Order: sequence, then C-alpha cells, then structure tokens
Amino acid sequence: MNEQRSEGHGPMVELTGVHKFFGEHHVLRGIDVVVPRGSVTVVLGPSGSGKSTALRCVNQLEEIDAGAIHVDGELMGYREGTRRGEPTLFRLHPKAIAAQRAKIGMVFQRFNLFPHMTALGNVVEAQVQVLGRTKSDADTRARAILDQVGLSDRVDFYPAQLSGGQQQRVAIARALAMDPELMLFDEPTSALDPELVGEVLAVMRDLAGSGMTMIVVTHEIGFAREVADQVVFMADGQVVEHGTPEAVLGAPSEQRTRDFLARVL
Amino acid sequence: MSAGPAEPPAGVRRIHAVPVRYPGRWVSAVVVLVLAAMAVHALLTNPKFAWPTVGQYLFATPVLRGVGWTLALTVGSMAIAVVLAITLAVMRDSTNPVLRAVAWFYIWFFRGTPIFTQLVFWGLISVLYPRLSLGIPFGPEFWSFSTKDVFTAAVAALIGLALNEAAYLAEIVRAGLESVDRGQQEAAKALGMKDGPILRRIVLPQAMRVIVPPTGNETISMLKTTSLVLAVPFTLDLQFATNAIGNRIFQPVPLLLVAALWYLAITSVLMVGQHYLERYYGRGFDPTRNAGPQRSGRGPRQAAINAARTTPEISTVDDMGRPAGGWG
Ligand SMILES: Nc1ncnc2c1ncn2[C@@H]1O[C@H](COP(=O)(O)OP(=O)(O)OP(=O)(O)O)[C@@H](O)[C@H]1O
Ligand SMILES: [Mg+2]
Repeated sequence: MNEQRSEGHGPMVELTGVHKFFGEHHVLRGIDVVVPRGSVTVVLGPSGSGKSTALRCVNQLEEIDAGAIHVDGELMGYREGTRRGEPTLFRLHPKAIAAQRAKIGMVFQRFNLFPHMTALGNVVEAQVQVLGRTKSDADTRARAILDQVGLSDRVDFYPAQLSGGQQQRVAIARALAMDPELMLFDEPTSALDPELVGEVLAVMRDLAGSGMTMIVVTHEIGFAREVADQVVFMADGQVVEHGTPEAVLGAPSEQRTRDFLARVL
Repeated sequence: MSAGPAEPPAGVRRIHAVPVRYPGRWVSAVVVLVLAAMAVHALLTNPKFAWPTVGQYLFATPVLRGVGWTLALTVGSMAIAVVLAITLAVMRDSTNPVLRAVAWFYIWFFRGTPIFTQLVFWGLISVLYPRLSLGIPFGPEFWSFSTKDVFTAAVAALIGLALNEAAYLAEIVRAGLESVDRGQQEAAKALGMKDGPILRRIVLPQAMRVIVPPTGNETISMLKTTSLVLAVPFTLDLQFATNAIGNRIFQPVPLLLVAALWYLAITSVLMVGQHYLERYYGRGFDPTRNAGPQRSGRGPRQAAINAARTTPEISTVDDMGRPAGGWG
C-alpha cells in the first residue's frame, strides 16, 4: 500500500518521561513508550486515563510540560541549543511545528472531515496546501487512495452524504495522501455503528500489513490481539503495563489491567 | 426525496391516497388577496400620490445617478467593511495581546459613537488636518499631501460608512468563526496546515454559513444608512437627490415614492444575491441536496445513481442516530 519507509535508524516514536498538566490536573505522569519502525502499538486503558492526550502530544496538538517526544529521531516542538553556555530548549515557530506534523497522520474519533468539501476535496486539500503538489497530481493521488479504501464510487459525495464508516475511511485516506511516516488513530471506530466497525478495521489491518508505523487507541481487543506488535495499558496518566498482546491481554501481571480487561471483554 | 419516482418493480402497488385538504389555506388566501387589492386600490387612486409625477421622475437623470451612488456606497463600504471585520475578528482571537487590545478598542469606539457624528468628522477631516504626511513618527516626513485632495466627499462618505460597519460586522464574523467545530482546526493542523490556510480554506468557508444571513441584513440596512452621508456632506445619493427634486417642485410625496421604489428594487436584487451566497456556502451541509449541484452536469447524474440504489452500503442510520438513507 505504502512503499516508502523512512531511512532513519532507531525507533519511530519515543516518549521519554512525558508529563502533561491541564491547569492543576496532572493528566500524564511520566509516560515512557517506544514504538519501533513499522510496528503497531495499541493503547488501551479506562476513560480519562490520558490516552487521547498522549496521542495528541505526539503531534503537538497539546504541548507537553516535561519530558521529550522524538519522532523519527527528531525532537518534537523544540530546538535544542545553548543559552549563556547552558543547554536550553527553544520553542519551535508554529510553521516549523506544522512541518513536523505533516509527517504524522492522525485519525479522529469523530472523523473531523471538512464538511464543505467532497470526499475528493478533503483528500486533495492538504496535499496542495502543505506539500505543494499540483491540483492534478493531488487529484490523481487522492483517487488512488480513495480507491484503496474502497470508496472510488464516493469521491464526489459530501461527508454528510456518507455513512460513518465511509466518512472514517475518507479521513484515513486524507491522512495517507500526505505520505506520513506515522499514523495515529484515536478511537477510530468508537463513533460507528457496530456493523460499520469492520470496514474501518479492515482498512487499518491492510495499512499495518503494508508496514506503516501505527499507534492506535482503541477498545477493539480483537484488533489488538490480531494486529498489534505491542500493547500499552494506561491508567491514571501512567503506563501500567506494556508488552506483546499475548502477554498483556493473555497474562496481565497487573491487577488494574486484569480489572479493565474483565470489564471490556 | 428523489428527483422523479422510480418505476416500482412488478408486484409492488404504489399508494395513490387522497391527500389531506387544508380549507383554511384557501380562506386565508382569499382574505389576503382582498386586503392586498384594497391596499393597491387605495394607493393608486389617491391623487395625492401623484403617480404621473412618480413616473416622470422614476428614471430622471439625477435619480438614476443617485441610485448609482447609493449602490456604489453600499457595495463599496460593505466590501471594505467585510475585509476589515474579518481582520478584526481574527485579531480578537489572536494570541497576541496587543492585537486583541487594538481590535477591542476599535470595536468599542466605532460602535460606541453615532454614525452621524463619525460621518461629520470624516467630512471635517480636511479642516482638522489640512495636510497629512507619511514619515517617521514625530520625525522627518517623506511624503505629504493635501487632505482635501484625497478625502473628497465621496471618499469620506465611503470610509465613514465602512469603518463604522466593520465594527458591527466584526462581531458577526467572530460569532461565525466560533460556530465552527474545534475539530476542524485540529484536523487541519494535524495535516500540517498553517494558520493562514486553515482560516482561509477550512474555518472561514464554514463560518460563512453563519456570517452571510446577518451580513445580508447589514447590507440592506447599509443601503438606507447611506442616506446619512448628507452629514459629510455628500449630496449625490438617492435620498438626497429625490429630496432635492421634491422640494424644488413642491411635491415631496411622489419623490418619496420614487426613492422608496428604488430602495425596494435594490433590496430585492440584494436578497437574490444573498440567496445564492447562502446556497453556495451551505454546500455539503444539507444532505437532502445532491453532491455538486452547482457544478455542471453532475447533479442529475448523481441523482440518477442514487435513485437507482445500485451503490452498496447506504446505512439506514448515521453515526449520530439520525436516519441517513433516502438521500437519493
Ligand atoms: N483540553 C483539556 N482541558 C482540561 N482537561 C482536559 C483536556 N483534555 C483532556 N482533559 C482531561 O485529561 C484527562 C485525560 O483525558 P483523555 O481525553 O486523554 O482521556 P482518554 O484516556 O482519551 O479517555 P477516553 O477513553 O474517554 O477518550 C481527563 O481527565 C480529561 O478530563
Ligand atoms: Mg480519548
């Protein structure tokens, strides 16, 4: 599906001691996660445990308060330098942050398609605005990707004319058209009717098979078991447990993981 | 909901029921028609309205010139005001506290003083500041000009109307921008788009749906506010022109009618324009309308595809639990 793979070495994503406060509310309390290139990491955890926040920090939709996030070896959001001889972080200009984000695709629970553009328009827009592709190049690429997600007959439909599953597939196509090195999914199937979940998971399974690095927040345990290389279980803003799906889902070592799995299974 | 009912397959008998009758609608239609006829009759037969005089002056040169100036002032000042208002609205939501303060002050000042006073001021500016210059503040001047050469009565009227209107429109634009779901900005940001394109391409087009109707209202209101430009004084607009004629021939009533007829005509044209603007910016928001009806040829074809129901996976309920099928 997506041939290009980053040349770099080391992990694709590395969160090191990440903390995040919303006012007094300490939402992330020292998160350490490593996502190897080409792997799929599924993040599980109870509501409010900070899964979405952690994901949003990775592409700088939220600013972190402590720690560091590296994507493809690059520090997100800051430039390392020195001031008066001291090593210091300099906040990146919004334009530089936008450039960092362009390499990371994100899919939202509520799709967030642009309602005033057709499916095709949604997929074309950022290719032209961000990557500077010509309209016709972007158009060709968009049609090819929409075809991959099974929507070649829906290109001229507006989001309001599509089912939830179709909308989410357009959203995935929109992110993929940017040729990202990393895809983030925040509960991509939680807003869907049960019978539409399968078509979205199928697209994600294909994507994982093509070697895309993915971080997926989901409650779909079956998907985690089948597709994930790594499962991260979060609670109260901390990583309680992580490992292979067999280990975390099959033989969890922590009581909180066992309680959670007992509730969702 | 489809364009034409599809031919039902064999064995399906379409319902041909007698529709519900609404006799009240007929009664009310008759009552309204009678009242309207009485009103028209009372207008046309009253000699005090002097309809021949109305006809004589309706297309008189000074009247037509007045219509032209009134239109130019309305369209021109609204165009300037819209651009300024979008700038002000963005400034008010800016992270830069200086910009926020400037926008707040602007809106406070121009909404807080009467438009008549503002117009008088713009008319007087060449008396208050006979020469204006460009240069370093409190330092040397590079270029200066005589104010009355630049601030002619027409320019003063245009700027006076536009600056005042921008303050009101800024609040409308701000409400429009706030009506757009936060998720839209986040999705655009996540795609790597910068703030400028996000505003222009994603947020503003959606905000327009909320901005256009009250702005249409403001435009129609502006059409009549232009009559205040006599404060500048600017004396070529429709209201002043018809007034002058009416006073000269001692027949104010028919000339008031001339002005009223023209204002009505222009308002009607503006309303048609507003209708098309609303339709344009409403695209994608009304699922009962088919994809791309504004673009050539696709509308009917899409309707046919939908009606044929050959495309799979049309769910009966969308993700928010609303019935979703049957758009074809
Ligand atoms: N913008 C915000 N301002 C203040 N508090 C926030 C904000 N966003 C999230 N929070 C809080 O941070 C905590 C973690 O939220 P987060 O959305 O990351 O949880 P989650 O694990 O994704 O939950 P869910 O499964 O319900 O999506 C919650 O207590 C939430 O109320
Ligand atoms: Mg969440």
